[in-house]
Amino acid sequence: MTTPEGDIGGQPAQSPILSARDLRVQFAGGPGAGRARAVDGVNLDLYPREILALVGESGCGKTTLARTLLGLVRPWSGEVWFAGKVLSYAAPSLKTYRRQVQLVLQDPTGSLNPRHTVYEAVAEGLRIHGARALGSFTDEAAKVADALSRAGLRPPERFFLRYPHELSGGQRQRVVIAGALVLDPQVIVADEPVASLDASVRGEVLKLVLALRDDSGLSALVVTHDLALAWNIADRVAVMYLGRIVETGPVEKILRSPEHPYTCALVSVISEARGKEPVILGGEPPDPARIPKGCRFHPRCPALASGAAVAAGVEASCRGIDLPILPGGSDARVACHLYPISS
Amino acid sequence: MSAAQAPAAIPSPRRITWTRRTRSLARFGREYARHRAGMWGLAVLLVSIALALAAPLFISARDLSAVTAPGSPRQAPSLHFPLGTDAYGRSMVAVTIWGARISLLVGLAATVMSMVIGSLVGLLAGHFRAWVATVLMRVTDWFLVLPTLVLAAALASVLHRGVGTVIIAIGVTAWPGTARLVRAQTLTVEARPYIERARALGAGDWHIIRRHVLPNVMPVILAQTTLTVSAAVLAEATLAFLGLSDPTRVSWGTTLQLAQQVGAVSAGDWWILLPPGLAIVLIALAFTLCGRSLEAIFNPRLAAGP
Amino acid sequence: MSLLEITDLTVTYPSASGPVLAVRGVDLAMDEGEKLGLAGESGCGKSTLALSLLRLLPRGARVAGTIRFDGEDILTMGWGRLRAVRWAAASIVFQGAMHALNPVRSVGDQVAEPILVHEKVPKAAPRRKVAELLEQVGLAPSTARAYPHQLSGGQRQRVMIAMALACSPRLIVADEPTSALDVMIQAQILRLVDRLVTDRGISLLLISHDLSVLTSACDRLAVMYAGRIVEEGPAGQVFSDPLHPYSSALAAAYPRIGDATARRNPQGLPGDPPDPSHLPEGCSFQPRCPVALGECVRTDPPLWPAGPARRAACVHVRDSCPGAAHG
Repeated sequence: MTTPEGDIGGQPAQSPILSARDLRVQFAGGPGAGRARAVDGVNLDLYPREILALVGESGCGKTTLARTLLGLVRPWSGEVWFAGKVLSYAAPSLKTYRRQVQLVLQDPTGSLNPRHTVYEAVAEGLRIHGARALGSFTDEAAKVADALSRAGLRPPERFFLRYPHELSGGQRQRVVIAGALVLDPQVIVADEPVASLDASVRGEVLKLVLALRDDSGLSALVVTHDLALAWNIADRVAVMYLGRIVETGPVEKILRSPEHPYTCALVSVISEARGKEPVILGGEPPDPARIPKGCRFHPRCPALASGAAVAAGVEASCRGIDLPILPGGSDARVACHLYPISS
Repeated sequence: MSAAQAPAAIPSPRRITWTRRTRSLARFGREYARHRAGMWGLAVLLVSIALALAAPLFISARDLSAVTAPGSPRQAPSLHFPLGTDAYGRSMVAVTIWGARISLLVGLAATVMSMVIGSLVGLLAGHFRAWVATVLMRVTDWFLVLPTLVLAAALASVLHRGVGTVIIAIGVTAWPGTARLVRAQTLTVEARPYIERARALGAGDWHIIRRHVLPNVMPVILAQTTLTVSAAVLAEATLAFLGLSDPTRVSWGTTLQLAQQVGAVSAGDWWILLPPGLAIVLIALAFTLCGRSLEAIFNPRLAAGP
Repeated sequence: MSLLEITDLTVTYPSASGPVLAVRGVDLAMDEGEKLGLAGESGCGKSTLALSLLRLLPRGARVAGTIRFDGEDILTMGWGRLRAVRWAAASIVFQGAMHALNPVRSVGDQVAEPILVHEKVPKAAPRRKVAELLEQVGLAPSTARAYPHQLSGGQRQRVMIAMALACSPRLIVADEPTSALDVMIQAQILRLVDRLVTDRGISLLLISHDLSVLTSACDRLAVMYAGRIVEEGPAGQVFSDPLHPYSSALAAAYPRIGDATARRNPQGLPGDPPDPSHLPEGCSFQPRCPVALGECVRTDPPLWPAGPARRAACVHVRDSCPGAAHG
């Protein structure tokens, strides 16, 4: 199971399968508030057979970015690219796209219609897409059985007539994954896939995601607040803060020696149990309707507060100059005035 | 691994759906049987419907004609006429049983009409949001604040007098409550993650409404239907009593109207007033009991206590 | 003497298919000022245990055993005394701060409530105390005029903590106080709780499914599985050198960043947490246990002493510490 470090992650020679190009998504704010810039200029590339973790606090726009990549939210500007083509929002091409890129949500209980049996939940995609989706299978039931067993529910026939409430949390999430697999997608977007599962079950579901990549060549974008999850399964990580990617690169690099002060704080907080002194950021996660001037992280930035930014002579830039949007690609990059901006 | 796994072991999708449906129907039956009030309501309904359907077998047109009525007017109950006779000399037993035909017909037909309109408006307004919802809900609100009886009376007086008109008059005025209820339930269902999952699978509006929203809204619609029937039966009686129905057809409302016209109230001829009045109460109560039981089964949180 | 002493606690819930044992014979003691972490997954009985400490269990639950708080038996004391103990001596911080606060009353009123109930003071007096409490939990005194919906999740949890502190309790029970919050807010809240209880010498019973959170916040850890404590010991030792296979699985579920063995190798247990109404024979962990022996199917091991201040309920512990079987 363990692969030598770094041999899968980042294959710059390949072209990405799913990309965000200067993506921006805005929502009308509440009364008195301006427009919320949930995604505020993001370039992101997902390569074939890659697991990319998109990490950030709630409200940072990671879920909106994921939904935009799925075509569930229309971007305000920018483009989504899939397999070398711009995603078109015309109904027929969107429907074809849906077969290729599948969604797995956080809460497996809510993701399954309580009135549908496991069979119906998994077969739903096949029924929507009709005969095209069956592939080499001749029969819907055989295809459903195949998807269930690929998701680790064996023997599949035993689960056909079960209802979601008769299953455990881990089994429900496997049913949701089977429902995605049944369409033979190339990419899975998983939004906090294990956040609502029990600790002992979590590892098994993560193993499944890894196995799907290794055996079926799937790519996965895993949206999470949990850096330990990224360390467990991801090849590459992108850290999002207030609508932008602030640091991205191979997991070993970013989690072992993070550069952006925000990433440093996130890593330090979850390593606290191991005796390291954590950097706890003050304040609340900021509001996408009021993005600060300059570097969007500067009001909470420990490097600015500790004087490191002053020492480096970039304090004025931190407070006044917005950072350029990081380009996509698989190389390690950081959007911080403390580091020379690589292009 | 299991592509080749003995397909014989895998039941066909249709069989699976069938099994699920029969199982859930059986479960529903068992649960309903536990509600004693609901069972009483159902029994009363079944008996009334059977009587109404079978009425032509033992009541002839002569018995109901004002000209060829078998008894003399306003006879007190006797062995021959167990509930006495009305102002034309017709047996009150025959009149009451025959009246159930119109009352039930109007009640059910008007309900079907109002449920179809209400559910459709509610579903569409709940599913499509944006301007569709705004327009539909404005219309609903407008109908909601109109006094139902006045509107129905106005419609009944403008249109051709007859059973059809009464059905339409009740049908087009009774739906706004249903629309609001269905919309609220639709919004709840639409907020569930499985709707988003279905969208991500590529489902269109039609698929989502048919496969996810409707089955989850249906119980509410069903319970609301039974409650609407009793309201519609009452509305029919009221319209008929006000003389806005076809006076030549025997219904509970026209019977009461006739009784009132000939002064049965002041004369104390209770046997003319009580049977149709009680019949209305009984039918309305029976439908309400069924509706409450359905509600309790579909939405257990509503049925607090026992 | 211990501040809290639980002896052979058993909690049974009635159900359609017969009684369900949610807590099965728990012995646990806490000293004054001690911070104890209780770890376990959903359904393991940890919340039931927390609720039973203040007799907050739903009606119908049957409790056996003794819970001594400062020498007094909670389970047998009269209602008047119990009311005094709730809040004033021991208070609970729940997981869902959204639902535990009344949406139509201002934060200040709700923080003042326990003071008004438990201390005979004039109505106006608590205002100063409320402002003080809010400041101590890192909120502006003006927050007192706000309503719960105007606050963020982290701020609401701070209000809950202020309420718990209102009557200067000696024990605070916090049931998953941070699991609905972001990592950064979670760290803020845990640090706040840690500072407050340490400064005042309050004992803390912190309940969570995340062993690493408990380890950073507590002195001692107890791991619960299927209604029993399966391991107990100093927090650092239980986390870094677990003796019970279930504790190892929990510790490995959230790996350390930089740990090469966890890289691309998530650790989990096969199967699902047990259903309390259908517990397996013998050791309740045996069906999922990677190191189960033949005898595990037959005997449910008791907690054996395993080194200084450590206990674990596993046959492997008995075998590795020969004296344990008699200790």
